[in-house]
Amino acid sequence: MSDKPKIAMYWCASCGGCEESVVDLAEDILFVVENVDIVFWPVALDFKKKDVEAMEDGSIVASFINGAIRTTEQEEMVRMLRRKSQIVIAYGSCAQTGGIPALANLCEREAILQYVYHDAPTVKNPEGTRPQLETRENGFRATLPEFHNVVRTLGQIVDVDYYLPGCPPSPKLLKEAVIVLLSGNLPPKGTVLAPDKALCDECARKETKPETMEIEAFHRPHNTPVDPELCFLAQGIVCMGPATRAGCGAACTCGNMPCTGCYGPTSRVEDQGAKILSSLMANLAPKDEEGIRKALEGIPDPVGTFYRYAVAGSLMRGKLTK
Amino acid sequence: MSDKWQPTIVGFFCNWCTYTAADLAGVSRMKYPATVRVIRLMCSGRVDPQFILKAFAGGADGVLIGGCHPGDCHYLEGNYKALRRFEMMKKLIAGFGIDEKRLRLEWISAAEGEKVKRVIEEMTQQVQELGPLDVPKIFAGWDEELDKLEEEIKKEAEEPSHV
Repeated sequence: MSDKPKIAMYWCASCGGCEESVVDLAEDILFVVENVDIVFWPVALDFKKKDVEAMEDGSIVASFINGAIRTTEQEEMVRMLRRKSQIVIAYGSCAQTGGIPALANLCEREAILQYVYHDAPTVKNPEGTRPQLETRENGFRATLPEFHNVVRTLGQIVDVDYYLPGCPPSPKLLKEAVIVLLSGNLPPKGTVLAPDKALCDECARKETKPETMEIEAFHRPHNTPVDPELCFLAQGIVCMGPATRAGCGAACTCGNMPCTGCYGPTSRVEDQGAKILSSLMANLAPKDEEGIRKALEGIPDPVGTFYRYAVAGSLMRGKLTK
Repeated sequence: MSDKWQPTIVGFFCNWCTYTAADLAGVSRMKYPATVRVIRLMCSGRVDPQFILKAFAGGADGVLIGGCHPGDCHYLEGNYKALRRFEMMKKLIAGFGIDEKRLRLEWISAAEGEKVKRVIEEMTQQVQELGPLDVPKIFAGWDEELDKLEEEIKKEAEEPSHV
C-alpha cells in the first residue's frame, strides 16, 4: 500500500447525487486520485465491510459520508467509519441537516411502511408480506437492517468534524475541501466548508432586490410567470436565499428557479426555516389578520417549503408524535 | 392553587406595554397562576420564530407573546411583524404536530394589568386541557432505538448470520 492519505466515501439515505458530484469533478478527479488513496467507496470500488473492519482505528484520514441515517445498517456503518477515521465530513445536505429523506419525519414510521408495502397503487402484495428483520431456513439465519422511527442527520449519530453543504455540494467546494485536507492546515472543528454569507450575496438578481419590500401575496413558480431578471422575493415568490448559505454559485436562481435552501443556514442561524419565515413575514404588506391569512394561502405547506432539506436538523426534528 | 397539573408557558413580553402591564398586575397584587416564565424583550417584533421553536423544543407547553396594541408600537411597525410571524407560526407548528392553541398573541397595553391576569388564566386553562407537550420526552422516546444497536452487535458476535 502507498503512504498517500486514505480516504473513504459512504452513501446512506440519499439519492446518489452526492456520489455523482464526485464524478462531476471531471478531470480534477485525476488530481484527487493522484493525491489520495480511496480505500472504501462502495458505489464505485469493490471493497467490503470486512475490509474496513480490518483497518486500524484512525487509519483513514477522512471519511466523506453522504445521506441521512434511517436504518440500523447505516447507523452501524457510520459508527464504524467514525472509529476508523481521523476526520468525518458530512457530505451534502442529507448528512448535514437530513435533506429530502428527512421530509419523511412528517409521517409516522408505520404509515410509511403501510403505504410502501400495501397501499401504493403500484404495489401488488395480496399476502401482505413485509420484510422481516430475521429469517431462518435450513439452519441459516438471514437478517435485514431495521427501519428507524425517524431520519437523523449524521451529526445526530456520530461526531462530525466538517460539513460540506449542498444538494449536492458543488465540485468546486469538494475540490477546495480536498486541498484544505491535504494542506494539513485544518480549520476549526465544526466548520462548514463553504462561504459564511447568504446566497443573495452571489445571486445575479441581487441588484434588483428592493430596499424595502412589501410582499402582497405569495405565488408559486409553477403558477405564475417568472421574470428572469428580477429578485424572486420582489415577485412574491418564496426564495430561501436570505436564510441560505452561499457556495453553489446561485445555480438555481440563474436557472430561473428560486433557492430552496439546500446549502443550509449560515453560522448565525440555528433553525433555517424559522429564520426565513421571520424575514418573509417582516416583509409582508398586509397588517390585518384577514389580509395576512389570505397572503399566507400562497404557502400551503410551510414545513415542506421552509425546511425542504432541514427537517431532521431543525429544532423540531419532525412531526411530534408520542 | 389547585393540585391540577401546571403547564410551563414561556411569555415573550414587550418592554413598553405587556411587560409594564405585568409589572402593574404585580404591584396591584393581582393573583394569577405561576405558569408563565416571562422573558422581557424590547418589542414583540423581536420575537424571532426561532425563540418560539426553541421554547417548545426545550419543554414549554405553551408560548405567549405580548405586544402593544396596533398603532401603539414604540418602534412603529414591530407589532405588525409579530402578528404576521404569529399567523405563519400557527400554520408552521401545526405542520410539526403542535396544536396552534399552544401559541397565543395578545395586545396588552401598559395600563392593562387586569388583562395580563385574564390572559394568563385563560391560557393556563387552555393548555391544561391540551395536556403536556413535553418535546424533550418525545425526542428521548425517538432516541431509545439508538441503544438497541449495541445489543444487536453483541448478539451478532455470539450467533453469526449466514446470508
